[in-house]
Amino acid sequence: MSTATTERPQAQPNPPEGVKKKVGGGLLDPKQLWISLPDALKKLDPRTLWHNPVMLIVEIGSVFTTVLAITDPSVFAWVITVWLWLTVVFANLAEAVAEGRGKAQADTLRKAKQDTVARKLAHWKPGANVLDETTVGATELKLGDFVVVDAGEVIPGDGEVVQGIASVDESAITGESAPVIRESGGDRSAVTGGTRVLSDRIVVRITQKPGESFVDRMIALVEGANRQKTPNEIALNILLASLTIIFLMAVATLQPMAIFAVGEQGFGTDDAVLNANGVTGIVLVSLLVCLIPTTIGALLSAIGIAGMDRLVQRNVLAMSGRAVEAAGDVNVLLLDKTGTITLGNRQASEFVPVHGVSVAELADAAQLSSLADETPEGRSIVVHAKSAHGLREREIHDATWIEFTAQTRMSGVDVDGRVLRKGATSSVTEWVRSNGGRIPDDLKGIVDEVSSAGGTPLVVAEESRILGVIHLKDVVKNGMRERFDEMRRMGIRTVMITGDNPRTAEAIAKEAGVDDFLAEATPEDKLALIRREQEGGKLVAMTGDGTNDAPALAQADVGVAMNTGTAAAKEAGNMVDLDSDPTKLIEIVEIGKQLLITRGALTTFSIANDIAKYFAIIPAIFAAVYPGLDTLNIMRLDSPTSAILSAVVFNAIVIVALIPLALRGVQYRPSDAATLLRRNLLVYGLGGIITPFVGIKLIDLLISAIPGIS
Amino acid sequence: MDSTTAGVIFVVSLVVVLAAVYRPAGDYMYRVFTGTKHSRAERGIYKVIGVDPEAEQPWGVYARSVLAFSAISIVFLYLFMRLQGRLMLSLGFDSLTPELSWNTAVSFVANTNWQAYSGESTMGHLVQMAGLAAQNFVSAAVGIAVCVALVRGFARNRTEHLGNFWVDLTRICLRILLPVATVAAIVFIAAGAVQNFSSSDEISTLAGGTQTIPGGPAASQEAIKLLGTNGGGFWNVNSAHPLSNPTAWTNWIQIFLILLIPVAMPRAFGRMVGSNKQGYAIIAAMSVIALASIFLLNLSNGLGANTVPAAAGAGTEGTETRFGVLNSATFGAATTLTSTGAVDSFHSSYSSFGGGLTMLNMMLGEIAPGGTGSGLYGMLMLAVITVFVAGLMVGRTPEYLGKKISSREIKFASLYLLATPALVLVGTAIAMANPTARESMLSSGAHGFSEVLYAFTSASNNNGSAFAGLSANTGFYNTALGICMLLGRFLPIIFVLGLAGSLAAQKPTPESAGTLKTYQPLFVGMLVGVVVIVVALTFLPALALGPIAEGLS
Repeated sequence: MSTATTERPQAQPNPPEGVKKKVGGGLLDPKQLWISLPDALKKLDPRTLWHNPVMLIVEIGSVFTTVLAITDPSVFAWVITVWLWLTVVFANLAEAVAEGRGKAQADTLRKAKQDTVARKLAHWKPGANVLDETTVGATELKLGDFVVVDAGEVIPGDGEVVQGIASVDESAITGESAPVIRESGGDRSAVTGGTRVLSDRIVVRITQKPGESFVDRMIALVEGANRQKTPNEIALNILLASLTIIFLMAVATLQPMAIFAVGEQGFGTDDAVLNANGVTGIVLVSLLVCLIPTTIGALLSAIGIAGMDRLVQRNVLAMSGRAVEAAGDVNVLLLDKTGTITLGNRQASEFVPVHGVSVAELADAAQLSSLADETPEGRSIVVHAKSAHGLREREIHDATWIEFTAQTRMSGVDVDGRVLRKGATSSVTEWVRSNGGRIPDDLKGIVDEVSSAGGTPLVVAEESRILGVIHLKDVVKNGMRERFDEMRRMGIRTVMITGDNPRTAEAIAKEAGVDDFLAEATPEDKLALIRREQEGGKLVAMTGDGTNDAPALAQADVGVAMNTGTAAAKEAGNMVDLDSDPTKLIEIVEIGKQLLITRGALTTFSIANDIAKYFAIIPAIFAAVYPGLDTLNIMRLDSPTSAILSAVVFNAIVIVALIPLALRGVQYRPSDAATLLRRNLLVYGLGGIITPFVGIKLIDLLISAIPGIS
Repeated sequence: MDSTTAGVIFVVSLVVVLAAVYRPAGDYMYRVFTGTKHSRAERGIYKVIGVDPEAEQPWGVYARSVLAFSAISIVFLYLFMRLQGRLMLSLGFDSLTPELSWNTAVSFVANTNWQAYSGESTMGHLVQMAGLAAQNFVSAAVGIAVCVALVRGFARNRTEHLGNFWVDLTRICLRILLPVATVAAIVFIAAGAVQNFSSSDEISTLAGGTQTIPGGPAASQEAIKLLGTNGGGFWNVNSAHPLSNPTAWTNWIQIFLILLIPVAMPRAFGRMVGSNKQGYAIIAAMSVIALASIFLLNLSNGLGANTVPAAAGAGTEGTETRFGVLNSATFGAATTLTSTGAVDSFHSSYSSFGGGLTMLNMMLGEIAPGGTGSGLYGMLMLAVITVFVAGLMVGRTPEYLGKKISSREIKFASLYLLATPALVLVGTAIAMANPTARESMLSSGAHGFSEVLYAFTSASNNNGSAFAGLSANTGFYNTALGICMLLGRFLPIIFVLGLAGSLAAQKPTPESAGTLKTYQPLFVGMLVGVVVIVVALTFLPALALGPIAEGLS
C-alpha cells in the first residue's frame, strides 16, 4: 500500500532534532589574521577604499600626518602616524579575513570545474538512440546543448536530465557523501555541474549560460567578489557618512575657535599639541579619527561577508544579500507539512475494529495484509501489530501480493483462501459492496474520528466483511512546537501547507503548534495566499522544490528552493538549500536577523565610544589654555600627548578585538523586540560607554612609560 | 514663602496645567488638521488666492508652496521696512538699511525673530502690526503645516498626497492662532500691557526728572509672539518690559502660551496616526529633556556659581525683580527649549553653566517641546534616526509607525540632522576667523566666544534670543545670521517634506511581536539618549571653549 507516496520522498536525513538556540559561526584562527595581512595591505589602494568613506577619511588623515611627521619629526608624531595607518590596515584586515574564509572553498570548487570535458550531442530528440557526440570543454557549453554523461564522469554543467536515471555524487557541492538519484521528468531532474555520476548513463540538457553556472555563482558568493551592498547596509552607510561629515565639521571648525582662545588667553609654550597657530595638525587628525565611526566603518563589510559565509556554512546559497536581509524581516513562514513539520511517513498508531470484530482479529488481518508491503506505512503496521498486540512476523507461502495502484487505491494479499484488502475508505467499501457485503453502521464514525484527529484512516476488509480501521498518524517532528513558539515570540506567523482535508490539517496544525494552515492546497492557492499576505504589507518566506512551486517561490520575498528540486524551482527562488532540508528556513531567518543585529550593535558601540574619547582629548588639548578644563580629565591620564595617543591606540585596537564578533555575529536568542533591544542596549550601548574609559586608562598607563611621549 | 518654594510652585503649576490641556488642545488641533468642512471665511480666502481646497499636493508641490509663500513674505517685509519712512504710522522713523531689512525680514518669516534693532527706536506701528505681527501668525502656521504634512506621511499609505498647504495655513491661522491670541491679548491688556496707537509720551516723574512712556499695539503682538513661538518683542527688552509683561502671573501666562501648542502637538500626532500611545511616547521624551533642563537651569542660576554677580549673593544681575531669579530661569529654559527666543532676563548674565544650558537647549534642535510644529517634526526626525539604530538591534529592517526606514528615509533624516549643526559651527568658525566680526564681541575670552556661538546657535535654530553683549547690527552679522536663519529654517523643512513624501508612498508594515514598540519606556529612554549624545558629541568641542571653560575656571 502506498497512500502517502504522492508526497515528496525525504531526500536527506534531517539535521539534529531538537531546539537549536544559538546561531553559531566559525571560529577565528589568529593565524588567519597573519595570512590575510598581504591582502589587507593591498586594500590600502584608495581606489579600493573608495567604497568605504569612513576608512578613506582615516587614510587621507594618515597621509597628512605622515607628511607632518616627516617635516616636523617627533616621537609623538611618528607613533600617532603609525597607529593611524594601523587603524586603516586593521579595517582592511577585517574584510580580508572575512573574504579569506571563503577563498579555500572557492579554490576547491574551481578545481572541480576546470578540467571537466563534455560529450556534447549534435542532435538529440526524445527517444533518439543514435548519439552523435563530440568532445568539447565544459566552458564551451551553451544554453540548450545536450550532453551525455556516463558512470564515473563529471557532469559538465547545470542542467536537467532528459533521459535516463542515475545515482549522482553531489558531495563536491553539498558536502554530503550519500549519493542521490537523478532521473528524467518529475521533480528530481536537476543536476549540477561539477557533480559525478556514479552509475548508469544520463542525457542532460544544459540550462545555464556559460560562466553563470551554479558553481560559478557559488565561487563568487564564497569569495565575496562583487558583493552588492544590501538595502539596510546602504542606509547605514548613509547614516555613517553623515555622522562623519558632522564630526569633520566639528573638528574643522574647532581650529578658528582654538586660535581665538590661544590668542586671547595664552597657553604656555609651543608643544606637540598646541602652538600659536592653534591645535597641531596631528592632534586634529587624531581627534577626527577618534570621533568618526571607525569601528563600525571598519567592520561593516566584514559583517556582510561573514553573514553570507554563515549561510554557506549551512549549505545555503543566497543569490543576493537582499534576500538574506529580507529573511530577517519575514512575517509569515509557509511550511510544507510533510517533511518539514511531520516526518515524511505516517505510522500506524491504533487498530480500531468495527462492532462485532475483536481487536486481535483486526490486528491479525492488518499484519497479514502488510507483510510484503515495503512502504514505510506498511512496515509501521507490522511493527505496531508486534509491539502493541504481540503478533510476530510469520512466514507465508503461496501468497499473491496485491500492490497498491493509483486506480485501485488498495493493496493486500490472497493467501490460504483468505482475501484481505486495505486502503482508502471509498475504494475498500466499494470493493466490499461488490463482493456482496454490507458496510457496518459504525464505520463512518470511526473513519471520521481518525480523520479529525489528524490521522489517515485505512480500512481493512476481508472479502465481504469490513473488519475495522488502521489509524495512520502523521508524526510531528521533535522540537517543532518549541520552534514555532520561538517564531511567535519573534513575531513570525507560521502557516502549514498541506494537501490534506481541512479536518486532518487542523488536527496536525494544533498538534504541531503552527498558527494557521492551508488545507487541500493547490499551487494556485499557495500563490494566492502569498499575494494576500503581501498585500497587507507582510513579507513571506517559503520553501519549495517542484516545478509547480516555481511561481510561488518567485512571488515569495524569501523563496528557498531545495537542491533536489527542479531547475525551474531553483531558478525561481532566491536561495538554494543544498541539504534540501525545509526546516532550514528557520535558521535562515535567524541568520538574517543576526546580521542586522550585529550591524546595529556595533554602530551603537562605535558611537557610544566617542564619549570617553572626548573626555580624553578635549582636556588634553585645551587644559593649557583654560586650566579649569583639566577637571574633565576624569581618567587622570598622564599627559596631553599620552592621552591623545591612548585614544588613538584604543580606537585602532578595538577594531581588531571586534573582528571575531563581526565574523561570528553577536549572540542571538529568538525573543521579542523589547527583550532584544534591552539586552543589546545594555551590552553595546552602556558597554560602549564604559569600555573605552577602562581601555584608554590602561593604554595610558602603558605608554606613559615610553620616553618622549609624556 | 521663600523664593525656592515659589520657583517650584511656578514650575509644578505649569506642568499640571499643561498636562490638563494636553488632550483637549491636541484633540482640537487634530480636528482642525483633519476636518473636511470649510468655513465661509476660509472659502472666501481660497477664492481670493485661487486655490481649490479639495486638491491635495504631493510633497514637491507642498514644499514649493511653502517656499513660494515664504519668499513672497520676505520680499514684502523687506520692501515694507525699506519704505517705512514714506508710510503712515511710522512715528517719524526712517526707512531701514538694506542689511537690517534683509536680516529682519528673513528673521520674522523664518519664525526666528532675531532682532538686530531696537523696536522703540526703529519700527513704526504699521510695520510692527501689518508686517512683523502678521508674520508671527503665518510663520508659526507654516511650521505647524509642515509638521502636519509629515504626520500625514506616517498616517497615510500608498499615496503621494500630503494635504494642501494653503488650506492648512489658512485653517491654522483662523482656527487655532487667531482665537487663542485674541483671548491672550485681552488678558495681557487686563494685566496692564499697552494696546494703543499713540507714540511715546514724555512725562515728568515725581522725582522731577522726565521719563518716556512708549505706546503702541504691544499686547496683541505679545500674545502671538509667545503663542507662535516667535519671540520678537515689541520693544528691545522684550518680555522684560513692564508694559508687555507686567507681573509675575503674566510671566506664568507667557510661558504657558509658549508651551501650549508645542506640548499639545504630540496629542494631535497620536490621533492622526491612530495611536495615542505614540503621542504619549513623544511628549514623554520631550518632557524628560525639558524638565531636566528647567531643573538644571534653576539650580545653576539659583546658586549663581561662577558669575560676576556671584559676589552679590545670587544671579540677580540681568533679571527683573518682579520675576526673580528662578522664574526668569524657567522662562529662559522655556524660550530656548522652544524656538521662541523671547527673553525676560539677560542670558548673558546667567551663570556660566546656565548660559551654556540655554545654548544646549537650542543645540538639541529645539525639540523639547520645540517650536510650533518645528518641535514635533524635529523630534520625529530624531525618532527616525533612533528607530533605525534600535530597529537594526532587534534584527529587522527598522520601521516606525508601520513605515520602513530604509536608505531614502535615512537620507532625508541624515540631511536634517546635518543642516543646523553645519550652520552653527561653520558660522561661528567664520566669525571667529574674521577680525571685523570679532570686534562685535563685548567680552573677551570664553565669554566673548559664547556670545558669538550663542548668536549662530540662536539664528540657525530659529530661536531668535540673544545672549546680549554682541553688537549684532553690523553688515557681517546681519548678512551671516540672515543666511543662517534662512537656511536653518527652510533646508530642514525641505528634508521633512521629502521624508513625508517617501513615507506616504509606502504601504504599511503590520506590527508583530518582532516589531520595535516605539511607545514603550525603553524606546523613549533611547530616544532621549540619542538626542543628547548626538548633540553633545557635535557641540562639545565648541561648548568646551565657551561656557564649560568659563564655568570650570
